[in-house]
Amino acid sequence: MIELKNVHKRFGHHVVLDGVDFTVADGETVALLGPSGTGKSVLLKHIIGLLRPDVGDVLVDGESVPGLKRRALTKLRTRIGYAFQTGALFDSMTVYENIRLGITDETCYGDRDFCRARVKECLRLVNLSEDVGRLMPAELSGGMRKRVGIARAIAGRPTYLLYDEPTSGLDPVNADAMDALIERFQKELHVTSVVVSHDVRGSFKIADRIALLHNGRIRAVGTAEEFMAAKDSVVRAFLERDLEVAAEG
Amino acid sequence: MDPQLTTTAELPLPVNAARAVSRPVLGALGTVGRFGMLLLELVRALPEWRVWVPRALEQCEQVGYGSLLIVLLTSAFAGAVASLQAGYQFTGNIPLYVVGAIVSESVILELGPVMTGLLLAGRIGARYAAELGTMRVTEQVDALESLGRNPASHLLLPRVIAGLVMLPALVALADATGILSGWVVAKSSIHITNADYAYGTHRYFRTFDLWYSVIKAEAFGAVVTVIPCFVGYEAKEGAEGVGRATTTAVVAACVVILLLDMLLAKLLL
Ligand SMILES: Nc1ncnc2c1ncn2[C@@H]1O[C@H](COP(=O)(O)OP(=O)(O)O)[C@@H](O)[C@H]1O
Ligand SMILES: [Mg+2]
Repeated sequence: MIELKNVHKRFGHHVVLDGVDFTVADGETVALLGPSGTGKSVLLKHIIGLLRPDVGDVLVDGESVPGLKRRALTKLRTRIGYAFQTGALFDSMTVYENIRLGITDETCYGDRDFCRARVKECLRLVNLSEDVGRLMPAELSGGMRKRVGIARAIAGRPTYLLYDEPTSGLDPVNADAMDALIERFQKELHVTSVVVSHDVRGSFKIADRIALLHNGRIRAVGTAEEFMAAKDSVVRAFLERDLEVAAEG
Repeated sequence: MDPQLTTTAELPLPVNAARAVSRPVLGALGTVGRFGMLLLELVRALPEWRVWVPRALEQCEQVGYGSLLIVLLTSAFAGAVASLQAGYQFTGNIPLYVVGAIVSESVILELGPVMTGLLLAGRIGARYAAELGTMRVTEQVDALESLGRNPASHLLLPRVIAGLVMLPALVALADATGILSGWVVAKSSIHITNADYAYGTHRYFRTFDLWYSVIKAEAFGAVVTVIPCFVGYEAKEGAEGVGRATTTAVVAACVVILLLDMLLAKLLL
């Protein structure tokens, strides 16, 4: 269970999160929507302790993340997989080594045969062939980079998966494939997921609940149906704009 | 409304003045604090030797092999120039062996370590700042942390250790090259005999001079790695930020080398 309680975060004078309350139950997939630059990535980074709230608290499995000591934080991070927006692959290493670094259990990490099998498995899960392991990140397309990033995030068998804009920048076919991948992880790996996105249609398809981040707060949370029926002007404006864009495209 | 956003014109002068002074001071203190934290992180990463030793070996190869040629070339020229100038200044009734003493002492005490330090500030410092800066702005550092891994032991410590290990070795080679090239040049320019040059080299030599050279090398090895690592690690805002970090790192490392050079001379000689 992930809980954000009244989280405030500012960078200098720039207030990004202004009292966010946000909960993700075990086994659930929540889509976090919002226009670019509203602080969706900032919110995700609070969950894994890459950023600390100025005010408020972040709880994962009942533990307060900002209060964790190094060792406990490291342990928590092995339970959370984070798929970065552009992959954030280590560009001095091969794809194989990248995914291997995702194997967070130290004894497993040192076991060559285990690693080989696990990396192959993770590549298969994201629909990439084993040969991709030999390539360097610079040789991959944007979509492949994202998928390798996801493979690295799941290599340590996390119970939580945080996706930062998994579909943005992809063509519609690849975006659909990515949504299918996320749905597959829900079913096969039983992970609890937060999917950051600004793609309304895709989010409706994969998420149990949807949350809209607006002006540093969660403006609305609910199922797809509840969202479509919402009267809130901001929600309506966001949905309509996206549907317009979809119609134009 | 954010109180900081009120226009400064309405505020009484002392408040404005206090702000104008306090902001850069606080900024500088913050930087010093974060630099201290980085040093602490480096020390705390030491027990994770399984992680940093193999990576440090890779870095050593890059620092050592990669810099060898340019360091040898530079020190050869430095020794030659020292020799030519000494020969030019000390002709007349001063014994020739003095040239040997001057060349070897200036190479060991000053030219070898400082030239090597400045060269590596450019070569290694720029590289480390750019590497770490790029890793920071492309979220690779965040990614490493998100995997429960310690950037200090994976990224920073290997680089610093490489500097601490390779700089003394490079400086020793630079010293030897400088003295040899000084010798060759002195032979052809002022026709000093081998015996005179060797005598001059020994005449004023103390074992401490070598230690002094090594101490300087270690200090410069720390400077050309820790400062660029810190500056790169703090990089922000894309390619431009990385560029800025690289320049800052090289300039800062060079300035600190020259400051330390003076400080060590004052303290140890
Ligand atoms: N480390 C940081 N330092 C300063 N500002 C930041 C930092 N991280 C994010 N921001 C700012 O926070 C805002 C929200 O960023 P982000 O969470 O990346 O938006 P998005 O919703 O598109 O993911 C942006 O205006 C960005 O400039
Ligand atoms: Mg983002």
